[in-house]
Amino acid sequence: MKLQKTIGVLAFHGDVIEHINTTKNAAKNLHLDIDVIPVRTKEIIQTLDALIIPGGESTTLHKLCEREGMWEKMKHIKNIFGTCAGAIMLAKQVSHKTHDQKTLELMDIEIDRNAYGRQTESFEKNVKTSLGNIHSVFIRAPRIIRVKKEVNILANNDGEIIACEQKINDNYYLAACFHPELTSTIFHEYFIRKVYQI
Amino acid sequence: MVNQLGRNLAQMLKGGVIMDVVNAEHAKIAEKAGAVAVMALERVPSDIRAAGGVARMSDPTKIKEIQKSVTIPVMAKCRIGHFVEAQVLESLKVDFVDESEVLTPADEEFHIDKTKFKVPFVCGCRDLGEALRRIEEGAAMIRTKGEPGTGNIVEAVRHIRAVNKDIDELKVLLKQKKFTKLKEKAKEYRVSYDLVLQVAKLGRLPVVNFAAGGIATPADAALCMQLGVDGVFVGSGIFKSKDPIKMAKAIVDATAHFNDPNKIAKASENLGEAMKGLEISTLETKMAARGI
Repeated sequence: MKLQKTIGVLAFHGDVIEHINTTKNAAKNLHLDIDVIPVRTKEIIQTLDALIIPGGESTTLHKLCEREGMWEKMKHIKNIFGTCAGAIMLAKQVSHKTHDQKTLELMDIEIDRNAYGRQTESFEKNVKTSLGNIHSVFIRAPRIIRVKKEVNILANNDGEIIACEQKINDNYYLAACFHPELTSTIFHEYFIRKVYQI
Repeated sequence: MVNQLGRNLAQMLKGGVIMDVVNAEHAKIAEKAGAVAVMALERVPSDIRAAGGVARMSDPTKIKEIQKSVTIPVMAKCRIGHFVEAQVLESLKVDFVDESEVLTPADEEFHIDKTKFKVPFVCGCRDLGEALRRIEEGAAMIRTKGEPGTGNIVEAVRHIRAVNKDIDELKVLLKQKKFTKLKEKAKEYRVSYDLVLQVAKLGRLPVVNFAAGGIATPADAALCMQLGVDGVFVGSGIFKSKDPIKMAKAIVDATAHFNDPNKIAKASENLGEAMKGLEISTLETKMAARGI
């Protein structure tokens, strides 16, 4: 039996260290001993209880995962949390993707890349979520256009879905269009509690 | 005012490669290779160097063409101090403005007051003082200057090491509680004491720092990463090499796996000729010396 709890953060590119630090702080708040490790090779994948996919460019992340030969293995990870680019990676349907771009197609959501426009349209605001209030940062953010009824919505902003979760059999997926890792531990604490069922 | 959203965008680019491109075809090659952003230019730095004369902001048509061709962020360069070129780039909705020494400076005394803009700025530096002056002017991201258009990594290494050494010095002063000395440093760098203290506490710049200027091979990119930068800009190094498609992908792979010599070796195989480099001592124009 595996004793050490391990959560990986996909570490090719993006706000990796921010996710690692926030996950560590969240574990500390929950009084849990969790190894939080950067993931760059396929060998590590099967040792993980969960994977976090950070913000960054979804095209770049997809390519580096494929080149490393870890793409198909990632689809079998039981728990995945994705923010911004990470949320795009989880979606079954994506608009405005490049012609060779793929996603993991795990969650029943349809998402629009860079839906809010370019950087001058990036914004931040306080948002009420079912996990609590959070200062949310939207950077060239994607927009969740629609979800199937199996998906549980966790937060809205001006009538648009910005965070949601889905449980499929024993698997659990969590997606946010913004960057909770930059401002709060509440989403990471929630994810950890889901992963270890506490 | 700190451009926090700009700093946040820079955070999302970390670990990535930003490539100079001159048209839609290049931009697509860059995106396909896995670039995290492109820099839209009329000419790459080595061609600017060869052409001589005054180098200015690109034609807006060129920038729009590149914006249309890719989904990743598009950056563009304006001349040092040329705040109207920056206004134009902001109106074109570029994602980042590079106030760049690669272009001919418009103002020898003042850089742009970047706090007046919503679009974030990246600026070059050769040492910590230069980096902090740019940050205090509102830069949301820093890149070490290197020597653009040379394919010679030596200046990039010099500037990365200089910034690292200067930061180490501040860390030691803080540890020894030499606050008067830290105040003197702030005076020497011509920036606020608060900013110097923040850097001493963080042990790094408070914004993302990429390397630029002279990166021509996957190993060059990984060298910069191992020296501690957050990502790399590659200018002439890709589209002046024998096989740009292969070189672009190889530099992306080496940057992502910068600590893994096996992967860097694999990325370096069969790339053909890298760009022809220039010896720094033979240069007529040192672009890095532009801006203070």
